[in-house]
Parts: sequence; C-alpha cells; structure tokens
Amino acid sequence: MTAEQLSLLKEIMAYRFSVLEFNLYLNTHPRDRGALEKYNKYVKELRDLCFEYQKKYGPLTATFPSEFPWEYYSTPWPWQINYD
Amino acid sequence: MWSYQKYLQYPAKVSKTDLEMAKLLYAQYAGPDSELGAAVRYLTQRYTMPTDEAKATLTDIGTEELAHWEIIATLIYKLVNGVSPKKLQQAGLGAHYAQHGRALYPHDAAGVPFTAAYLQSHEDPIANLQEDLAAEEKARATYENLIELSNDQGIIETLSFLREREVVHFQRFGETLNIVRDHLNK
Ligand SMILES: [Fe+2]
Repeated sequence: MTAEQLSLLKEIMAYRFSVLEFNLYLNTHPRDRGALEKYNKYVKELRDLCFEYQKKYGPLTATFPSEFPWEYYSTPWPWQINYD
Repeated sequence: MWSYQKYLQYPAKVSKTDLEMAKLLYAQYAGPDSELGAAVRYLTQRYTMPTDEAKATLTDIGTEELAHWEIIATLIYKLVNGVSPKKLQQAGLGAHYAQHGRALYPHDAAGVPFTAAYLQSHEDPIANLQEDLAAEEKARATYENLIELSNDQGIIETLSFLREREVVHFQRFGETLNIVRDHLNK
C-alpha cells in the first residue's frame, strides 16, 4: 500500500471513529444540537472520503459499485496492512 | 470494522400460535450448530486463510450469520413478548423465565449455555473449510427439524429462508475449498 493510500485510509479510520463517538454520545443526549451538528459534519466528510478512496483504490465494502472483474475480495485486508 | 444496519435480512413474522417454538428456536440462537456458532467460527478462521477468495467468503458469510442470529432473536422476542410467566412455563420456558425473564440468553434449546468448544479454528485451511461445510449441513438439518416441529406459517417461512441460506453457504464453501486446494497445489 502506498503512503498516499495509507494516509487516506487513516483519515477514514479517524472520521469513522469520530462518527461513532458522536453516535454513542447522541444515543444518550439526542437533544444536544451542537453534538448533532458535529456528527452531521463528520458523517458528510466520512462519506466523501470513503467515496474518494473507493474510486481510487477499490471497495471497502461489498455495497460499492465495482469495475470488472469483481474488485472487493482482493483489496487489502485490515489485518494485513502495515500501519506504520 | 463493522456497521450496524437497522433492518432485518428477511421479515421475521410470527402468528403467535406456537409459543413452544420459542424454546426450540434457541437451538439456532446459541446451540452447537447455531447462527452464533457459525458467525464466531467463520469470523475467527478467516485471518489465516491463504487466498483472498477464502478470506472474503469467511468474512461475508460470517457477517451474514450475525444477520441470521438477529432474525432468530427477533422470532424468539416476538413469540415471548408480553406472554405471562405461567404460559411461558407451560411452553417449557419456566427455567428460562426464572433465570432471565423474557430477555434472550445465548443457550441452546435445552438451556445449555453457548461455548466456543462448539467450534474449531485451525491454521490448516482445508481442515477449517471441511468443518464449515459440515457446519452448514448441520444447520440445514436443524432448520428442517424446526420446520417439522412448527405449525406457525410465519415462522415456517422465515426458517425456510434461513434453511435455503445454509444451502447457498454450503455451495460457496465448496467452491472456496476447490480454490484453496488449487492454490495449495500450485
Ligand atoms: Fe450458514
């Protein structure tokens, strides 16, 4: 995996984590408008980053359109990536 | 990384005429050939698989098994929801009610708690895939027994769908076994 691909992937991981943190917080604070606004901002960023990454490097999930031949199964597996 | 989707893979319907089925459905909730066992088995075995096809198959079937686990839970939940303790006792769920009320618990149809001893994970990918083929057949056979034991049309439809999925999984695991064999013979 190139440094460029890894850095985009790490950005996705960070945004996904932020989305999850707000998700958990909002489950018990559904009326916190400030948190909700941040959640929505991160969700949108995450969506854009995932789209960009998958367009460039292939699918992260099996619900993303694929070029021929089927791309999803051969993109890197999370436990085989060197995160350094 | 996993993300939860707030919908079932198949609409779980019960007509609430067959409370005894709640106890029996526990076979597939957390018994030896249950959806829980299948999910843990495949999602554990996947890491050391030698080909991407095998990693993908185990990941995605393991994930689907979690969706099936949710369907079985939904059937049990709907069957026991709002039912009186006396009625639960008559349906064979007295012991379950004493210990858990109407909450779900990962045990089998006889109340035996789930254990990882139901499954194996080996570095030898052929050994794993042979176990997975057998697991799918045992799950299919269990669904056939459950279908025979039910008179609830909604439950029968849902179990028939799940039975069919085991047949498809068996097919995919067979293909995966061939791919892994070819890979090892190269
Ligand atoms: Fe299965």
